[in-house]
Amino acid sequence: MAAFTIAAGTGNWFSALALGVTLLKCLLIPTYHSTDFEVHRNWLAITHSLPISQWYYEATSEWTLDYPPFFAWFEYILSHVAKYFDQEMLNVRNLNYSSSRTLLFQRFSVIFMDVLFVYAVHECCKCIDGKKVGKELTEKPKFILSVLLLWNFGLLIVDHIHFQYNGFLFGLMLLSIARLFQKRHMEGAFLFAVLLHFKHIYLYVAPAYGVYLLRSYCFTANKPDGSIRWNSFSFVRVISLGLVVFLVSALSLGPFLALNQLPQVFSRLFPFKRGLCHAYWAPNFWALYNALDKVLSVIGLKLKFLDPNNIPKASMTSGLVQQFQHTVLPSVTPLATLICTLIAILPSIFCLWFKPQGPRGFLRCLTLCALSSFMFGWHVHEKAILLAILPMSLLSVQKAGDASIFLILTTTGHYSLFPLLFTAPELPIKILLMLLFTIYSISSLKTLFRKEKPLFNWMETFYLLGLGPLEVCCEFVFPFTSWKVKYPFLPLLLTSVYCAVGITYAWLKLYVSVLIDPPVGKTKKQ
Amino acid sequence: MEKWYLMTIVVLIGLTVRWTVSLNSYSGAGKPPMFGDYEAQRHWQEITFNLPVKQWYFNSSDNNLQYWGLDYPPLTAYHSLLCAYVAKFINPDWIALHTSRGYESQAHKLFMRTTVLIADLLIYIPAVVLYCCCLKDISTKKKIANALCILLYPGLILIDYGHFQYNSVSLGFALWGVLGVSCDWDLLGSLAFCLAINYKQMELYHSLPFFCFLLGKCFKKGLRGKGFVLLVKLACTVVASFVLCWLPFFTEREQTLQVLRRLFPVDRGLFEDKVANIWCSFNVFLKIRDILPRHIQLIMSFCFTFLSLLPACIKLILQPSSKGFKFTLVSCALSFFLFSFQVHEKSILLVSLPVCLVLSEIPFMSTWFLLVSTFSLLPLLLKDELLMPSVVTTMAFFLACVTSFSIFEKTSEEELQLKSFSISVRKYLPCFTFLSRMIQYLFLISVITMVLLTLMTVTLDPPQKLPDLFSVLAGRGGSSL
Repeated sequence: MAAFTIAAGTGNWFSALALGVTLLKCLLIPTYHSTDFEVHRNWLAITHSLPISQWYYEATSEWTLDYPPFFAWFEYILSHVAKYFDQEMLNVRNLNYSSSRTLLFQRFSVIFMDVLFVYAVHECCKCIDGKKVGKELTEKPKFILSVLLLWNFGLLIVDHIHFQYNGFLFGLMLLSIARLFQKRHMEGAFLFAVLLHFKHIYLYVAPAYGVYLLRSYCFTANKPDGSIRWNSFSFVRVISLGLVVFLVSALSLGPFLALNQLPQVFSRLFPFKRGLCHAYWAPNFWALYNALDKVLSVIGLKLKFLDPNNIPKASMTSGLVQQFQHTVLPSVTPLATLICTLIAILPSIFCLWFKPQGPRGFLRCLTLCALSSFMFGWHVHEKAILLAILPMSLLSVQKAGDASIFLILTTTGHYSLFPLLFTAPELPIKILLMLLFTIYSISSLKTLFRKEKPLFNWMETFYLLGLGPLEVCCEFVFPFTSWKVKYPFLPLLLTSVYCAVGITYAWLKLYVSVLIDPPVGKTKKQ
Repeated sequence: MEKWYLMTIVVLIGLTVRWTVSLNSYSGAGKPPMFGDYEAQRHWQEITFNLPVKQWYFNSSDNNLQYWGLDYPPLTAYHSLLCAYVAKFINPDWIALHTSRGYESQAHKLFMRTTVLIADLLIYIPAVVLYCCCLKDISTKKKIANALCILLYPGLILIDYGHFQYNSVSLGFALWGVLGVSCDWDLLGSLAFCLAINYKQMELYHSLPFFCFLLGKCFKKGLRGKGFVLLVKLACTVVASFVLCWLPFFTEREQTLQVLRRLFPVDRGLFEDKVANIWCSFNVFLKIRDILPRHIQLIMSFCFTFLSLLPACIKLILQPSSKGFKFTLVSCALSFFLFSFQVHEKSILLVSLPVCLVLSEIPFMSTWFLLVSTFSLLPLLLKDELLMPSVVTTMAFFLACVTSFSIFEKTSEEELQLKSFSISVRKYLPCFTFLSRMIQYLFLISVITMVLLTLMTVTLDPPQKLPDLFSVLAGRGGSSL
């Protein structure tokens, strides 16, 4: 209580923001939670009750362990606290066990682990200097960034309602970014390596890290025009980076290597038997591809170009996660998506190599890698959009162009998360929180950049405003129409496609702005 | 940043907190045969929809007054009727006569919570926003911070969205009344306040200040000219609004009397349950409820109540001012709460609303009182399993007040408006210079006590009289200051 009063009483706005959002998270405890809740309870049980050799083989529950070993160890540590709350949750056979104490423990563990995220945001704020638009606190870039990160809508509903542990993982990522900004490259690399072994989805952005560290850390100096100076290559740095990554990986995968379980671990981590898209299409390129395929097949049927007997019956969004054949357009294989992703990442990597712009350039490349992987990846989850949104927040408070792209990306990305919360009591919460975040982000960034040209043109404004009627149609009007029985997947399809348009647009715009950015003479001092 | 963006954000935060609290349990959940206030409200929808108006307040085979009979004025009944029409459209089982008793389901809970939210959104929240925008002599930022603190007041949120009631309607109307009267829209203000009284008769706690303020205004304008015209207009407005609300019940004398009997049950004792007022705390030492006969109790409470509020009211008549009006509201409501007959612990909300209004003038004291008032509701909230939301909302409110008003820096004598008091004390005790320090320590002690008592009530099993007593004493301490 004393710390409370001191922190708040002395006008420390950061603590007030962090405390405020923590209290909001406590209020979200009784909300709906998805099967991810049972997933994590199961992992607590597995890591607590079984020996390490069984962790990646255990399959009593359908929710098998499919995160890297560090996360398993994390669950193991948590389980030792869990036993004081409710011993029963640690029994592997207690499927779908969710007593009130279990719920309380799990929710509080997420809230508690967010401390790392708060610390990371604090460090990121130190890396921003930004323009001094006004003396008002609410107009400082640091303040706006803190709100955009701490009160991020996507993170709130995915972590504290849907139930996941993304908070502290994003904390690790933001912290490693902050360390790179502060020129503490070894720490940044270490943190990222640790992060990879917590959740391997961050492989999406690994190329950006690799290229940046190689280019700007291993080559210690540049020529006056910014291009690479080959003789400044430092073997010491490369070796030390390699050593860090190697040691972290050894710590993580070592025990499983010793047990000859590596293939099993990898098969759990990268399950390619799932389909191109999740039950609800993530709003990426493949959503547009699927939609086009459907439209063409409908047109083809009407115009009698296609034979109805040749068309597969199952609909892609009927909730079945399976291999699916496209009707008109060629089918997509995992290899094809990998190639597309690599092609999409390549220009940004080249930019990072040939026109290094210091940590800011790295951040833009990172965002592009995350977005490109989201656009073309195999079986992408809509939650993966957060991987692009959070780093981009750092860019948005520094340049008007980035702010405009950020707002489109974030509003559309957050809206695409709506289908995650489909229960009636959570409907007001998601609408209120979305409005809160959107109104704040748009108005604060508009005020910050009020001296430059307007953030949105008329097309973008219309698009963003269109999200309102879309929501009304999908959630309020559609359930009462007759189409609900005939085409139950229609709202999901509409949401997916509409958001895919926005996200693709933001991706292209960001790409253009990165490619046409003039190279700098010297590495900028940050 | 432009004002309306920030105000929208504040309203959204208020709504979010309200809805997340509403996800928790309600009063009487799963507790047959009587259930709780939630069932009472559902039952009133059943009664008003299925029975003719003449039978609403009477005991009959269809309407058993012992099972949550209507005991609020007609506007509540009309509101229940409106909700019942919506309920019939969605699911008639919710209000079917007799068979819907004790009906509980997720869908129904969602419906009931939505009715509270809509009523709040239409009446209370706009009043708060407009009130804060019309405050004079403070910056835009402070106005918005004021709105945030008022909207985050935990007591109202927990009672309306947790326990389940519709206090925001009557308090909202009263606030519209305050707004109207302060901005010189006297007729609209008095109309709004009449609506408030006709929604919940406890709003009579606020009636005297309204009466005195308006009377004072009439005197100021001169009773021979404009003042008299205003007086007549006000009287007509009041009479007309009462007649409109009570129209179906004015047809027979027996109807009117029965409604009055239901609204003012003088057959019950001096107090019920445990409530943070004088009689209850006195009762711990001297069992006056059992010693004194009923009519003596009535007279005693009447006398004490009116004696305590007379000075403020007289001053208001002689010098009508907006600021004086607000402070008189506080003191009158407090006198009624402390000394009146059959006071419910939820009536503390009637005191809290005026205190919220003076938040910008004496932030430290107001915050302290509002925290204690929330704490005094704790036994009720614990019964409804609302411990977590009450702790969280209290902390959020405290955080909002501390960051908005920097209350710990505003404890100097001037800001506490106790300068004249301390000067007069210093005449007798020259060393009495440490008033602000003392008050800060008292605040810290009271906060620590509240936290400890909360912990004790949660961890120790047998119900203790002590927490209630302490909240009583603390409430009285805060209020007397």
